[in-house]
Amino acid sequence: MSKMNLTLKIWRQASANAPGAMETYPLADVSEHMSFLEMLDVLNEKLIKEGKEPVEFDYDCREGICGTCGLVINGVAHGPRKLTATCQLHMREFKNGDTITIEPWRANAFPVIKDLVVDRTAFDRIVAKGGYVSVNTGSARDANETPIGKEDADKAFDAATCISCGACVAACPNASASLFVSAKVSQYTYLPQGHPERERRVLKMVSQMDDEGFGNCSNHGECEAVCPKGISIQNIAIMRREYVKAALKTGSAIV
Amino acid sequence: MQQAEKETAKPGPLASVLSIFNTTIGQKIITGLTGLGLVGFLVGHLAGNLTLFAGSEAFNSYAHKLESLGFILYAVELGLLAVFVFHIVFAISVTSHNKSARKSKYVDSRSAGKPSRKSISSQTMIYTGIILGLFTIIHVWMFKFGPGMAAGYHTDLHGLPARDLYRLVVEKFKNPWIMGSYSAVMLLLGVHVRHGFWSAFQSLGAYHPRYTPLIYTLGILIAVLFAIGFLALPVYIFFAPLTA
Repeated sequence: MSKMNLTLKIWRQASANAPGAMETYPLADVSEHMSFLEMLDVLNEKLIKEGKEPVEFDYDCREGICGTCGLVINGVAHGPRKLTATCQLHMREFKNGDTITIEPWRANAFPVIKDLVVDRTAFDRIVAKGGYVSVNTGSARDANETPIGKEDADKAFDAATCISCGACVAACPNASASLFVSAKVSQYTYLPQGHPERERRVLKMVSQMDDEGFGNCSNHGECEAVCPKGISIQNIAIMRREYVKAALKTGSAIV
Repeated sequence: MQQAEKETAKPGPLASVLSIFNTTIGQKIITGLTGLGLVGFLVGHLAGNLTLFAGSEAFNSYAHKLESLGFILYAVELGLLAVFVFHIVFAISVTSHNKSARKSKYVDSRSAGKPSRKSISSQTMIYTGIILGLFTIIHVWMFKFGPGMAAGYHTDLHGLPARDLYRLVVEKFKNPWIMGSYSAVMLLLGVHVRHGFWSAFQSLGAYHPRYTPLIYTLGILIAVLFAIGFLALPVYIFFAPLTA
């Protein structure tokens, strides 16, 4: 089992309004079998023993499915491995003597709370505007009540795999949330359940996305490259089509 | 909640319709549509320019035919001016919004590689665009509003008096500075169109797993065609033993 000695350059910021800076931390004897977050756990234990403030970072499931973790590692959101969230990135991707820079998601719409933790409630507010279907509660309905074609079900599911981690915003040169919002819009456009609220969904979600201060989509496609779920920018085109149809039908972008 | 929504003041019909083009998506639709319009114009412009290779008479009669359109030409030019203005105004609006969406910059920022389409071309659209905009003003001033028949650029086309635009073009491109700067700007046009062409389709919502790779490749081909096609003329005039 090979051990690595690393130099970590980590963004430290005491609070939302405090100025931040990169701090350098040497870390010895890192196992290649550790996950990236376990490596940070080891660093934090060392910092605590030294009486220093540990590095704050977000995580929850550590299984790559919850979307809570997210770090910009060596300039790439979620690090060097494709289709992998930060928690599923392992130290075998690095080698002895490496210097690793670790930064938070950076976007005005994602203000830093502390160190590497950012406030992503902007996403919640966008979803609250239409990322749902309204159904009456009551006894569970028959699962096969509404038949949906396999192709449509697959497309809806591909969009629905979005875990709302925010890597698309972090990687976008314009800090645009288009990939996230488009995934939330297009997962319902393929399903009959999504159709009653189709127009107001896209118009309201796009309006909220703009109000949150995310940038425009310039079609760089960097979001798709860092997305741990491989959500395609095809969804952005679908969102745009939905937007145009809804806006022209309504005669306004405001509902 | 429903009641509260109804009670908020509704904007008038014009403000409602204009709001469609005031969102991030609406603004990109305008830049995409006008961008494709400009590509269409450039195809025509390039085809017209290539008549210069056929000699002075072919080029001058092409220019003369355009001028003789009269009212139709003015209408087309006015439309073209509007397309330029909309493309530029919305592009500047979109870019300034984008630049301000991330105040705290990354210390280290790299591309994650494929399937990303981020390139020098995609990241310099505003800069290549500004240069192309300034170029267009100088270009129109130099040729369209340049010296005409009254200034001695006079020729005969089958007995009819016409402007000798051929002579003006040849004279200008014999100047190494004009030839060099025109050629450089045409390379930048290629860089601009390389991202702009496929991006316009994507901005209009036209993405398809089969068609998009073809559109992307077509964009590169058109970029190369524009750069070489427009660049060939000044370079040819400069080096060929042509006399005005």
